[in-house]
Amino acid sequence: MSLGKFGYYNPDKPLEDRITDIGPPHYEQFFPPIIKRNYGKWLYHEILEPGLIVHVSETGEKAYTVRVGGARLMSVQHIREICDIADKYCDGYVRWTTRNCIEFITDSEEKARELMKDLESRKFPKGSYKFPVGGTGCSITNIVHTQGWIHCHTPATDASGIVKSVHDALFDYFKTMKLPAKLRISLACCLNMCGAVHCSDIAILGVHRKPPMVDDEVLAKICEIPLVVAACPLGAIRPAKTEDGRKTVRVNQDRCMFCGNCYTMCAAMPLADKEGDGVAILAGGKISNRKTPPKFSKVIVPYIPNEPPRWPKVVDTIKKIVEVYAKDARKYERLGEWAERIGWEKFFEKTGIPFTEKSLDDYRLAYDTYRTTTHFKYTEHVWQLAKALEEAE
Amino acid sequence: MAAEGQEKLWETKKYDDVRIYSDEEIWNYTDEELANYKCKHDIPLLEELEEGPWPSFVSDIKQEALHRHKLPPDKLMIPADVCDDLLGQVELSYVEKETHWKHGGIVGVFGYGGGVIGRYSDQQEKFPSIWAFHTLRVNQPASKFYKTDYLRALCDIWEYRGSGLTNMHGSTGDTVLLGTHTEQLEPIFFDLTHDLGVDLGGSGSNLRTPSCCVGKARCEFACYDTQDICYELTMYYQDELHRPAFPYKFKFKFDGCPNCCVASIARADMSYIGTWKDDIRIDQEAVRAYVAGELKPNAGAFGDRDWGPFDIQKEVIDLCPAQCMEWDGKELKINNKECVRCMHCINVMPRALRIGTDTGCSILFGAKAPILEGAQMSLLAIPFIRVEKPYDNIKAIVERVWDWWMEEGKNRERLGELIQRKSIQEFIKVLGVPAIPQMVKEPRSNPYIFWKEDEVPGGWERDIKEFRKRHPR
Repeated sequence: MSLGKFGYYNPDKPLEDRITDIGPPHYEQFFPPIIKRNYGKWLYHEILEPGLIVHVSETGEKAYTVRVGGARLMSVQHIREICDIADKYCDGYVRWTTRNCIEFITDSEEKARELMKDLESRKFPKGSYKFPVGGTGCSITNIVHTQGWIHCHTPATDASGIVKSVHDALFDYFKTMKLPAKLRISLACCLNMCGAVHCSDIAILGVHRKPPMVDDEVLAKICEIPLVVAACPLGAIRPAKTEDGRKTVRVNQDRCMFCGNCYTMCAAMPLADKEGDGVAILAGGKISNRKTPPKFSKVIVPYIPNEPPRWPKVVDTIKKIVEVYAKDARKYERLGEWAERIGWEKFFEKTGIPFTEKSLDDYRLAYDTYRTTTHFKYTEHVWQLAKALEEAE
Repeated sequence: MAAEGQEKLWETKKYDDVRIYSDEEIWNYTDEELANYKCKHDIPLLEELEEGPWPSFVSDIKQEALHRHKLPPDKLMIPADVCDDLLGQVELSYVEKETHWKHGGIVGVFGYGGGVIGRYSDQQEKFPSIWAFHTLRVNQPASKFYKTDYLRALCDIWEYRGSGLTNMHGSTGDTVLLGTHTEQLEPIFFDLTHDLGVDLGGSGSNLRTPSCCVGKARCEFACYDTQDICYELTMYYQDELHRPAFPYKFKFKFDGCPNCCVASIARADMSYIGTWKDDIRIDQEAVRAYVAGELKPNAGAFGDRDWGPFDIQKEVIDLCPAQCMEWDGKELKINNKECVRCMHCINVMPRALRIGTDTGCSILFGAKAPILEGAQMSLLAIPFIRVEKPYDNIKAIVERVWDWWMEEGKNRERLGELIQRKSIQEFIKVLGVPAIPQMVKEPRSNPYIFWKEDEVPGGWERDIKEFRKRHPR
């Protein structure tokens, strides 16, 4: 390995020995032997217990996978510990899933069970598990998330802290498979959604609620004004001049929907605000084509303030949704399928979450979400409306 | 300047060939020291996140902080206390409820326009060691399988030249190295390409690092070789991945079947979802074993709750979205011509039912998160296509789409938004395919059809005087 400040790199000759465009390492060299031998030959799989899956090949071989949850933010020390475990039990191979779970694959059930015991015994000094086993079948597996305050410049909330808090509260659902179907939770710390949470059973989404400020002193120097104007999807930004003649922009604040696209384009238009920012909770989305087509998640709670370090209101709201769903839904029913079957009015009634006008769409194609049938169910909402009508007379 | 032979370095290479730290240096602290470790800054709020059963990222960062302090100073190219300063700044965000990372920052490696995300602290006096804290996106191996030799070598490079903190993995799939100083970017890039045989991933307005599901490596549902096409297209389009020339980001994601484990339908501008043309394979013996309760439905996914005995009628036949199955008590019949390949029956009875053998993929286009025009899922434009090496049929489609998008797309306009703005009619013309009913949920309900002049006999030029002869004012 190269040592010293610059290693192999020669700052005086930056092109010397430069290797480019080599792409990722070829995947095949990283396959455990049992995977290589049975590539494309798998017959079926079975979850033997939470966190332990066996895949059976037409060659008769069996691959045992132990799935482990955890924080996607990970130190090299943590990775080295994972490597030690993989060397001991899995001949030096390990993989990660799309949802940031770690998977250890072995060729014997006995080794897999020893491995599980070992994994469960490893804890951080304050007692949190390093490698909790679970996250298979009808469980709540790893919450995928974005950077938040750890490393992002546009977040409306943190990511790692909320995710940790929600996981702590729902830990039992990670360790067991007792839900009516799998339940996927995701978090994105702003509307840019580098985590793409818009099709999750439950999504936690960072939202801003104050229009951008305009830093007149630097805007024209650091931003392209036509690009900033074009960045606003609602045409709420127009070019302007300050009293002393500087070029800048002004925002029609009544039109702002707080998407933050202007700030992404221009550093002189910050939105972040401790009182304005917080999270919205969305629910009922899914990715899979199983039974019903993929669905978007819907806005259930428009805003909950940021309450670090544990975000108790966010945690309580999600816990409530999960518990009501777990009790009420039918086998195989994803959260969104359940809500559609019982009707969204019943979803709000059963979960006790207040329905507000903020859940009525007023953006593009909003009319598509309006109910244009006489099919509805009677819930308390209807009587509240009737009462309001009477009072209006 | 690709170097031959870099792609399979790790068939023979060992960690010991390239290691920086000895075992004694790596495990240089005791459990007691770790338990008593005091961060340079007071972090009472973050320390609350060390409690509870779920793995604590705070405990993990503290572990790295302690480890760095105990390494010899000449074995760290950026300050030992970067992890302490990071915790300090995040604690400040927990108090003030606002981020303290400055907007953007243009840094990178020579000749590339992506792969490095510039990040600067706006509290550089308080937290000097993270004044700059840039991220590198490192192209993950397909399906994220690793050899520990490779991972350990990566850890050494990253501890030596960076913060020692990572994301395993970023949302798009990259191995993310979180936080280093500007002058270390080139040395890290040289180490990655020379010693690890790995390149940076995508960021900015380019092809983002493609990703795929576990596929044929460990799944019986894979309808095509997701790893191979993911690798092939990543290599074939290296220039598009490293040198931004697009209106905005562009994502490929490869799902081996309609269960969509990498969420391509929600996230990728081009979603490749495996499917098949022939019949679902049935093992009637195994179906009867499920009915008799000898096999666990859904591969045991419902294991921890008593849902009562398995009822094939209720749980499979009645839930089939196409209603194309029948069970007469002895034999399962599937009317495959009516099947929409949703995977439900196969997921419930994986030992009895298997995907067909005449396989390929559907290609859907245009998914994206809400910014700007609202979230969109990919639309089904190519219901079935063969997925076979060297994928020339697919590359031809990719290039037609890119040519159109690069010509017509506005700055920061995703493909899905362009399709919406210019029309699906124009898009399918670009693809060179006819309109078919599979492209829509239902035909349009509004009659506002944009007829073209050449579609109407006589064209649009008419004489108002002739018209008035027939219809006086």
